[in-house]
Amino acid sequence: MTREGWINLCLALGLLAAPLIAVAADEIFYVTLATKVAIFALAGAGLNLVLGYGGLISLGHAAFFGLGGYAAGILASQAQNYEPIASWPITIEGTTQMPVIWLVAILVSGLAALPIGALSLRTAGVYFIMITLAFAQMIYYFAVSWPAYGGEDGLSFYVRNQFPGLNTLDPLTFFAICYVILMIVLAFCSHLTRSRFGLALEGARQNELRLASVGIRPFRIRLSAFVISGMITGLAGALYADLNRFVSPAMLSWHTSGEIIVFVILGGVARLYGPVAGAMLYIALEFLLGGVSEHWQFLLGLLLLLVVLFARGGLIGLLAGERRHV
Amino acid sequence: MSEAVLELDHVSKRFGALIVSDDVSLTLKRGEIHALIGPNGAGKSTLIKQIAGELAPDAGTIRFDGRDITDLDMAARARLGLARSFQVSSLAPEFTAMQNVMLAVQAVSGRTFAFFKPALKDASLIEPAMIYLTRTGLEERANVRAADLSHGERRQLEIGIALALKPRAFLLDEPMAGIGAGGTRKLTELLSGLRAEAPILLIEHDMDAVFALADRISVLVYGRIITTGSVEEIRGHPEVRRAYLGEEAS
Repeated sequence: MTREGWINLCLALGLLAAPLIAVAADEIFYVTLATKVAIFALAGAGLNLVLGYGGLISLGHAAFFGLGGYAAGILASQAQNYEPIASWPITIEGTTQMPVIWLVAILVSGLAALPIGALSLRTAGVYFIMITLAFAQMIYYFAVSWPAYGGEDGLSFYVRNQFPGLNTLDPLTFFAICYVILMIVLAFCSHLTRSRFGLALEGARQNELRLASVGIRPFRIRLSAFVISGMITGLAGALYADLNRFVSPAMLSWHTSGEIIVFVILGGVARLYGPVAGAMLYIALEFLLGGVSEHWQFLLGLLLLLVVLFARGGLIGLLAGERRHV
Repeated sequence: MSEAVLELDHVSKRFGALIVSDDVSLTLKRGEIHALIGPNGAGKSTLIKQIAGELAPDAGTIRFDGRDITDLDMAARARLGLARSFQVSSLAPEFTAMQNVMLAVQAVSGRTFAFFKPALKDASLIEPAMIYLTRTGLEERANVRAADLSHGERRQLEIGIALALKPRAFLLDEPMAGIGAGGTRKLTELLSGLRAEAPILLIEHDMDAVFALADRISVLVYGRIITTGSVEEIRGHPEVRRAYLGEEAS
């Protein structure tokens, strides 16, 4: 196994061990922190596909995170109030079943990512950053101004959604659900990035002229990656809604997009476990420094600056060395 | 004219007031190497870009294998079998030489939307890629990143990628540029053998290589083809001597 492989294994086991130790020590709060790490890592894993492997800096992934969150929130609150979401032309009922909610979250974010990606990917560089940001802000302001689902105040649902055969109200069980999803998605990403599709996606990042001149259209490759990426981040959003039993426009705001980028950059761009390492570091800093000073984000900014200046490969790059295509 | 693989029919292109392609008509026939020569700024690379689909001509048509490809994009033309090497090497720098060629092999196979099978250990990509690397003399350098290859090796890799596309025509933009005498001799040999596989439209400044390789030569000056002929005809053409060969001698 490569050095990076060992580091990945340590990160996976570390994230699994943290809540188990917390439960043993009767410190349930830390289980919630670990769950947050798993969910943020999942959101970052989605973004990493386009930002890391595809080299496309999307500043609009909060759109998918929030849409996934709202999909969960709306389905759950309607079901809890026994009101259908739509009664014409067909009746659509809410649901409190997680698997259904996840599916809807993935579908909704994918359907949003398709037109957003199709339009954004006609641009490049700074314009791509700005247009993805613009789309996300559009959705944000729509959520703020739409009173049916709480508008600016957000939308609460009182009981966490259910998973057949499990008690999701137990923090450790909910952590396990998030963790298993994260592992499945990371395995998926690992295959994806090493497949022919992954080869073409990285080819497009390095030299799109080269890719086109061998007969592969960079646009299609990138759009597919963008949609898959949006779906993963949307799934993370649904889980995040369930963690808090609350969704609000904050999930859609550009702060959230920035945070997801920070997870990826801190951990290591285009590294499979980059978002995991990044989310761990971020939550740890928020928790440790946040206790010391409410200006902890100043120190986060400093750290980010150091990573960008001196450790381009992020935490994983620092530990495992430069990335090789093998 | 049935043996023409590539046909340019009154192709014109201007950038503002500058006419870069002035009513260019040109054919590339089966089995030939057709060299395109001309002084710097004559519009040779711009013409290649229009043939490859990177730039759209303002007027005229481009036919390939009897089919009008004027409105097709670069990727579509590449898939029809138009392989191009770049004047300035254009590779995926982080990929190894092998991976650069594999990308071309997978493009030809038409199966890029495969999400699960690991590509980098796929023998159906590696084995053909190794053949093309060997043909261009890069078999020892297969696992070196393109960014770490020497200038000459990158030129060889460009040819290797073009070969991997199993093309019906090659567009080679100064393949010999900056590779030294030994490299030029080896490449001349390789290209000479290639014409049996697919005809080559060759832009080259190395006149020894052009005279050694070309079956026909077209001379481009200020975007116009002033003459097309055999090596002997071009050597003796007074306008060519004045416009191009003379200029080079001075």
